[in-house]
Amino acid sequence: MSKVLMKGNEAMALAAIKGGADAFFGYPITPQNELPEYLSHHMPANDRVFVQAESEVAAINMVYGAGGAGARVLTSSSSPGIALKQEGISYLAGSEIPCVIINVMRGGPGLGGIQPSQSDYNQITRGGGNGDYKVLSFAPENLQEAVDLIKESFPLADHYRNPVMVAVDGLLGQMMEPITLEETEKTQAAGKKEWAADGGYGERGYRNRIASLYLDPYKLEEHNLKLKGKYDEMREKEQRYEMIETEDADIVFVAYGTMARVARNAVQMLREEGVKVGMIRPISLFPFPKKAFEALPERTHSLITLEMSLGQMHQDVQIINNGRYKLDFFGRTGGVVPEPEEIVEHVRAALKEDA
Amino acid sequence: MLEEKLIVAGFGGQGVMLMGQILSYAATHEDRNTVWIPSYGPETRGGTANCQVTISDERINSPVVSEPDSLVVMNHPSLAKFENKLKSGGSLFINSSLVEQDGIRDDVDLYPVDANKIALDIGNLKVANMVMLGAYIAVTDLFDKEAIFKVFDELFTGRKEALVALNRKALEAGMDAVSA
Amino acid sequence: MNTKTVYRPQAGLTEREYHYCPGCTHGIIHNLVGEVLKERGLIESSVGVASVGCSVMAYEYFDCDMHQAAHGRAPAVATGIKRVRPESTVFTYQGDGDLASIGLAEAVHAAHRGENITIIFVNNAIYGMTGGQMAPTTLLGQQTTTSPHGREKAQAGEPLRVCELLSNVPGATYLERVSVHDPKHVRKAKKALQKAFDIQSGKQGFTLIEFISTCPINWGMEPKDSLDWAVENMIPYYPLGVYKDMTKEDDDA
Ligand SMILES: Cc1ncc(C[n+]2csc(CCOP(=O)(O)OP(=O)(O)O)c2C)c(N)n1
Ligand code: SF4
Repeated sequence: MSKVLMKGNEAMALAAIKGGADAFFGYPITPQNELPEYLSHHMPANDRVFVQAESEVAAINMVYGAGGAGARVLTSSSSPGIALKQEGISYLAGSEIPCVIINVMRGGPGLGGIQPSQSDYNQITRGGGNGDYKVLSFAPENLQEAVDLIKESFPLADHYRNPVMVAVDGLLGQMMEPITLEETEKTQAAGKKEWAADGGYGERGYRNRIASLYLDPYKLEEHNLKLKGKYDEMREKEQRYEMIETEDADIVFVAYGTMARVARNAVQMLREEGVKVGMIRPISLFPFPKKAFEALPERTHSLITLEMSLGQMHQDVQIINNGRYKLDFFGRTGGVVPEPEEIVEHVRAALKEDA
Repeated sequence: MLEEKLIVAGFGGQGVMLMGQILSYAATHEDRNTVWIPSYGPETRGGTANCQVTISDERINSPVVSEPDSLVVMNHPSLAKFENKLKSGGSLFINSSLVEQDGIRDDVDLYPVDANKIALDIGNLKVANMVMLGAYIAVTDLFDKEAIFKVFDELFTGRKEALVALNRKALEAGMDAVSA
Repeated sequence: MNTKTVYRPQAGLTEREYHYCPGCTHGIIHNLVGEVLKERGLIESSVGVASVGCSVMAYEYFDCDMHQAAHGRAPAVATGIKRVRPESTVFTYQGDGDLASIGLAEAVHAAHRGENITIIFVNNAIYGMTGGQMAPTTLLGQQTTTSPHGREKAQAGEPLRVCELLSNVPGATYLERVSVHDPKHVRKAKKALQKAFDIQSGKQGFTLIEFISTCPINWGMEPKDSLDWAVENMIPYYPLGVYKDMTKEDDDA
């Protein structure tokens, strides 16, 4: 299968079509616009649904309806739009409706900016909606990984009956890179969803109901425990990560997405200077890949979290660390993508201080 | 091992994005690794636009080009913005129709191309970018012209098919401009 | 180039140069609003609310207190301001994506409550800032980046007429649609703004002035052609005129 050069947002849109998305609902926002633009042409051309909603609030509720009726549904947005969708995401999780959400992050808070950022890690992994819920979330570092994860996200969403988010920063959305996409026809049909409230009562013989309301606290607790069971299963099965040159590493970076790519260069540069550096690259943000840290060698003594934010994933590193390693952080924010040299400088300065 | 990092910059509307993309398409055809990233958003409105291209036989990590091997500037403001980023000994291609040559760094190889004039002589100012592209591939020897022609054939189809001949001519004229 | 732009600030505006594209009518509309507020002696006591769209930077241009609201929420923000500062003149400046799409509920409910605010509604039938996607006001057949084959009724419905819609909201006091494609219409638009702000000063309630505007960049036209396009295509669908005037009925009663 030969490679094609595609823009990130368009490649992700195409991956969703290949992944079997039946419907898309969204609202324009930079830097993800090429995604709905691509789908506005290609979804109807493939007999699928495309609707430009009047707002993100409306879009996520359309996702709720279509997903609850059993369709494979996609929405996409960027940080402020994802903020607006939080209520809907909580409802989707509460009502156990599968869907895929693509988040092309930009700088915040507020209107912020439109340049690439990773400052929504907390929004993604903690969520802004109410209640005890989690969103299975992935953060690819290049377009091939993004399209592969998006295709995989639809069956995963169906399996867990839960929203799945694929989060990239604006740079991945805007860049072009060669990708391969297997030619799988209307891939991975969702199969009949027995729980879907899709008007099939007559045929089914029983009524389906999509709701997140449990007025009896014991019932709601039972429901929440059921949800927790799914999140525990995700923690068990979906931790994804890459270990990069960690076998002999004294210092280990923790970085995801574009930041991990920049850090790969820094690892090379520092190794050329004789500093033994490696990297853990989380691919799943929730569940946070704890297992990666358990696989570090004895000799590792420091972890440095690198983020295009002021330190959000760093909190998860702190939780896991539990006093074991010396911790450090380096980040750029507001839409600034650091250069590898900045990371190298940071490490050099830290080493000097230690000496 | 081949690794080329390039910044192409100019006014919005001068086709700098397309010029960079064509290189990435050609690289993809040859199964090389490549990344193309644009400047985007309101900053491109009315002001300067630029894109960064990396082509490599190795895996490409950081997509951002901080120290390009080559720089193509289509207008003067872009020279001011990017001149100092070019690595020492790098190649600087300027559209000499719009960019003044006085005072340019002397530790780089300078290739002035009268791209606007050449494009106008061919019959359309819009292909000045392809003239520059011609000069660029001739000097760097990254791709032969057939590789670029193949991209033209893919990009300019349907109503745009007529553009193939014009763009080919511009590419060749740009190659000639630096080999003379 | 050896020409130099000598910038003379317009009445009611700051010295900041507009960032709008050449030929975009956002600039003329700003000038008019600033001028009327200045002439009416209201500018100093005004609070404007910029929305999210190409006019997001409007808070840099109007020479008065300004807020910058989240996308679509300007009428809600204006409501908050007016309720606690009833003596100030409060206006929002919103595009058609901002008002007619994501913020329709806020606009309708501000009208419905009869908020004593003025909405400057700029209808250019497209999302300008995000690069030319379909707006609720995009005309049938009009190509945008999310209606690549032209807006189709079956898929996206027919374009929403905001003045007509709000004319059914009991709380609205004054609604007028104007255009700025030639000097005669600019004068008319100015009168409409005067009327709206006079109504607000008289504490008579909700006013909205809709401007037929252009987006040469995303319509893919030269500025002059885009004015012609607006006259030939938008005005027939969005007829100019007064859609509601409760001050008249007050007079009649
Ligand atoms: C919650 C949220 N969603 C989406 C956006 C992206 N966005 C910025 S401006 C805009 C539309 C602007 O269109 P319009 O109101 O018609 O104004 P114009 O730019 O045409 O003047 C959108 C969708 C945003 N800023 N916030
Ligand atoms: S994009 Fe359109 S609406 Fe925005 S400033 Fe340019 S012409 Fe005006």
